[in-house]
Amino acid sequence: MSFELLLVQILNGFQLGVLLFLVAAGFTLIFGIMGFLNLAHGSFYMIGAFICSSFTLLSGSFFVGIFLTLPVMALLGAAFELLFARHLYERDHLDQALATFGIMLVFNALVQIIWGVQGVQISLPDYLRIGMDLPVLRGFSFYRLIIILVGVFVASFLYFLVHRTHFGMLIRACSSDRMMLASLGVNVQRFLTVVFALGAVLSGFSGMMVLPLSGGFVGMGREIMILSFIVVIMGGAGSVKGAFWAALLIGFIDTMGRAFVDDLLKFLVTSQISETVAPAVTSILIYLFMFVILFFMPRGLFPLKTR
Amino acid sequence: MSGNTGYEGLMPFMKLRLLWTRAYYSVCFFRSGLLFFLSEESDLSGNTSVIPFFWLAAPERSHLIAMIRSLTMKKIFIFIFLALCFLSNPALSGEKETHDQVKIGFVTTLTGSAALIGEDMKFGAELALEHLKGRMGELDVSIIYEDDESKPEIGKQVTDKLVQWDNVDFVTGFIWSHVLLASRRSVLNAGNFLISANAGPSQMAGKMCHDNFFSVSWQGDQMSMAIGEVLNKKGIKNIYMMAPNYTAGKDMISGFLRVFKGQVMGIDQTKWGGVPQLDFSAEFAKVRSSGADALWAFYPGKSNFSFLNQYEQSGLAEHIPLYTVFVFDATTLPRMQEAGLKSVPGSLFPQFWDPTLNIPANNVFVTDFRAKHNRYPSFYAAQSYDAINLINLAVTSVKGDLTDREGMRMAMETADFPSVRGKFRFGRNHFPIQNFYLRKIVTDKESNWTSEVVETIFIDHQDPYVDACLR
Repeated sequence: MSFELLLVQILNGFQLGVLLFLVAAGFTLIFGIMGFLNLAHGSFYMIGAFICSSFTLLSGSFFVGIFLTLPVMALLGAAFELLFARHLYERDHLDQALATFGIMLVFNALVQIIWGVQGVQISLPDYLRIGMDLPVLRGFSFYRLIIILVGVFVASFLYFLVHRTHFGMLIRACSSDRMMLASLGVNVQRFLTVVFALGAVLSGFSGMMVLPLSGGFVGMGREIMILSFIVVIMGGAGSVKGAFWAALLIGFIDTMGRAFVDDLLKFLVTSQISETVAPAVTSILIYLFMFVILFFMPRGLFPLKTR
Repeated sequence: MSGNTGYEGLMPFMKLRLLWTRAYYSVCFFRSGLLFFLSEESDLSGNTSVIPFFWLAAPERSHLIAMIRSLTMKKIFIFIFLALCFLSNPALSGEKETHDQVKIGFVTTLTGSAALIGEDMKFGAELALEHLKGRMGELDVSIIYEDDESKPEIGKQVTDKLVQWDNVDFVTGFIWSHVLLASRRSVLNAGNFLISANAGPSQMAGKMCHDNFFSVSWQGDQMSMAIGEVLNKKGIKNIYMMAPNYTAGKDMISGFLRVFKGQVMGIDQTKWGGVPQLDFSAEFAKVRSSGADALWAFYPGKSNFSFLNQYEQSGLAEHIPLYTVFVFDATTLPRMQEAGLKSVPGSLFPQFWDPTLNIPANNVFVTDFRAKHNRYPSFYAAQSYDAINLINLAVTSVKGDLTDREGMRMAMETADFPSVRGKFRFGRNHFPIQNFYLRKIVTDKESNWTSEVVETIFIDHQDPYVDACLR
């Protein structure tokens, strides 16, 4: 195991964590502020990828595709809030889970009808698709580095938004006491629509970023939804900061597991057994980790102090 | 929410448990209803309302009583409606099945990211039926397509449904080996014929071989043995292996190791299942630093595009050549061409069949398929086409007497039908003994990506598990 490989794997883990954070951030905001369990959140991830691919094909440029899709995602998120979510806030989590799960199935079917079973694929522009041949980062693709940079930028933007702006103040106020905020003259309903749109944009953006890597396919939101659910619970429901660190941790653990578990197991058992056991261990690693964290910190890493 | 119990984060999970409990009650209730209508032994004209009720175990009984007490008129109407639906089904209302038509169950993946393969298999089967003019001998044919969602548990459910509900005589299809393994008993225990149109798990070629099971495809190890042979000839010394972690992946790896003479630098088995792993960054970084001369991979259907795309993006394509089994097929090649994957043309991979094989049956198949769907058929379609033709052989040779299972089996064992791969025969385990070719991705005259045969790797090759078959 060389230092070089370790470095590349750390960056790989970082990149996965950043993508995960973009999805989990919107989810945790909505869950934290309104206690609204939105299982259809992963659908925005999928829809973002599909719409972006169509815009990319139309305009011929991936970047134009992204910039055209972002406002569409905001509109979709707002429409989702106005048409569905708004009517579910007062119901219990069971009803919310059932309703949004159903909506997720509808979205999957709609996407399959519009774009077909084969999913969508786009390729990167030539200047992005090169593998980097720097001496220390052999085999790490340039595009993944860009994902990390963009992700960190969005994360710091979110931090700034939540902790340093009037809008962020409202978000925090809303999560502590919605009634009080409303009685102070803030239109909470409209405010929630905006937060929902923000969540949809973030999630859709993550889907767009992953599009050139693994393509878009029906049901791609499900996997990321399971992971971001873990991230939200581990980080502490409602906490953007918690979501960030938990997402990085999950991305890191998952990548490290895939990279090194079989080598580590070889110290303990024969290499034949380790080849068989390693994939199984890797796939439960993050759940084990969640178990340990929740055992010692039942409210997550960074629970909201209010309430 | 008041009070700091410390478990607020887990509230959704507790709510989900409640949901689960409710679902369980509904299932109990529904099942007791089903027992009532499905019970073959009970005399439907007699006093039936009491007997099935006491068949239930005590806890189910108390659930049922609780459910009945909570019934509203609306629920009663729904129940009556469902009951009518069940009764109107010919299989349950006592009508005996008549053999005026051949019913074929076709289990494949029609939703999700592997739906493209399922669609292609469906096209192949439909074309075969069209060429037979919808009839086998004197009998009409109906094919019932079912979706396994590429999950073993769903595959078994739909197979059960086909066998018990639709009373099919043959079940075919099956892309995935784990789905086939989960579903085999449902078909074989009912005395029906099971014909795999793709999956070839080692278990069913060996110990679990069966009189009524046939494969018109291949056994997983064989394909991998073929590419291993090619790599030996090319003199490749070190290899790194990547495959999804499921039955077929394990077969492919073991087949390769059976023949490959060089050294294996590492093996990675990635997550498979309903949601497969699609990001291979960690694995590719390992391949890069392992110092292997070549990369071997098995990534069918749903993940082959991601795999190839990232193989290029990671810069691996320029340093380590790729040899694959089941990564390239005609369903995904047009998309790879659209996306402009540069490493694809010239890629080598083994197969028992190719669209350019100059065999009369194959020429008709490929020409008609292209005319209808405006692209080349994949081997998945070719296998499905053969599966339907094999069934046709069975049905016509017994002159439509579908109760003559022995006769149909004997007929199928001869494999005397115009297969798109040319003449072949079945081994004792009912897997084909056939040629394997090395195929190469080329550009055809209309500048579509397709494949052509470079050389024949194996002639009349038999799978290595046949000796374990004690049929």
